[in-house]
Amino acid sequence: MMLRLTAGRVGSLVARRAAVALTTSSARMASHGHVFRGPMYQIRRPQAEVTSNQQMALPHHENSLVPHVSLSIHPEVSEAVDMSKPMYWDRREIPLPDKRYKDILTPADKSLKEKEKGPWGQLSNEEKLALYRLSFCQTYPEMNQSSSEWKTVVAGVLYCIGLTGLVIIWQTAYVSPPAPRTFDAEWQAKQVKRMLDMRVSPIEGFAAQWDYEKGQWK
Amino acid sequence: MSLQKPLMRGLLAKRLRFHVPIAFALSMLAAVGWKYGVTEPRKKAYAEFYKHYDATKEFTSMREAGVFESVRPTGK
Repeated sequence: MMLRLTAGRVGSLVARRAAVALTTSSARMASHGHVFRGPMYQIRRPQAEVTSNQQMALPHHENSLVPHVSLSIHPEVSEAVDMSKPMYWDRREIPLPDKRYKDILTPADKSLKEKEKGPWGQLSNEEKLALYRLSFCQTYPEMNQSSSEWKTVVAGVLYCIGLTGLVIIWQTAYVSPPAPRTFDAEWQAKQVKRMLDMRVSPIEGFAAQWDYEKGQWK
Repeated sequence: MSLQKPLMRGLLAKRLRFHVPIAFALSMLAAVGWKYGVTEPRKKAYAEFYKHYDATKEFTSMREAGVFESVRPTGK
């Protein structure tokens, strides 16, 4: 089963993220007659460089459909996400993702993890934060922060409606056939008179607005 | 640096306690408004219409206008 996905192309898949998250955690272990083998190829992972990303600007995801892979990547190299393994997701409905955010631990991180096994009161605040950032990419407020994307969306929608309006105007001038005779003013007048003669909706509707003694609208 | 423990239980009950009375009040308001804004005037309009309704006169004037297929206007 080829489960190789390029991180940039995941967003175009129809598969829902929640379904994927569920399948990776629960269904993987359940046997539905479907055996997961390892990938049939060697996973190509770029050499992870030890850079301290934690001190840089807060992590940010453009495409929330892609689970964040915590490797230092050159932007031009698209990486393959192996979806048969537990993945990390920044999602509101998944407070504890299937795996830790940072895969590759520096020696400093490893020593911190060792210290974490002891009493937590001995950890300083910075160490606690560092441990958090090892396990998670974004906090909930960071995850939930709103963007101004809606303005672009509204602008795009109005623009398309405007274009459509222009197309329709052109169509009525050059494409539509002439109107049927029932649209003529004379025909419409005869139609109204016939409706009044028939007493259409005489109580609350059409003929109720006509004064039959005076022969005019009320 | 310790935060207050957030609310873990009773979230739905809290929401319902707030929203259900409002929903009930708005629904009652809508029902009362419909009754006295729509149905009562409609009943009055129908009563008024049929108080002085002369069916024969209406039929004759409709017949003269020529809208019927079963009877022609008188004199044809």
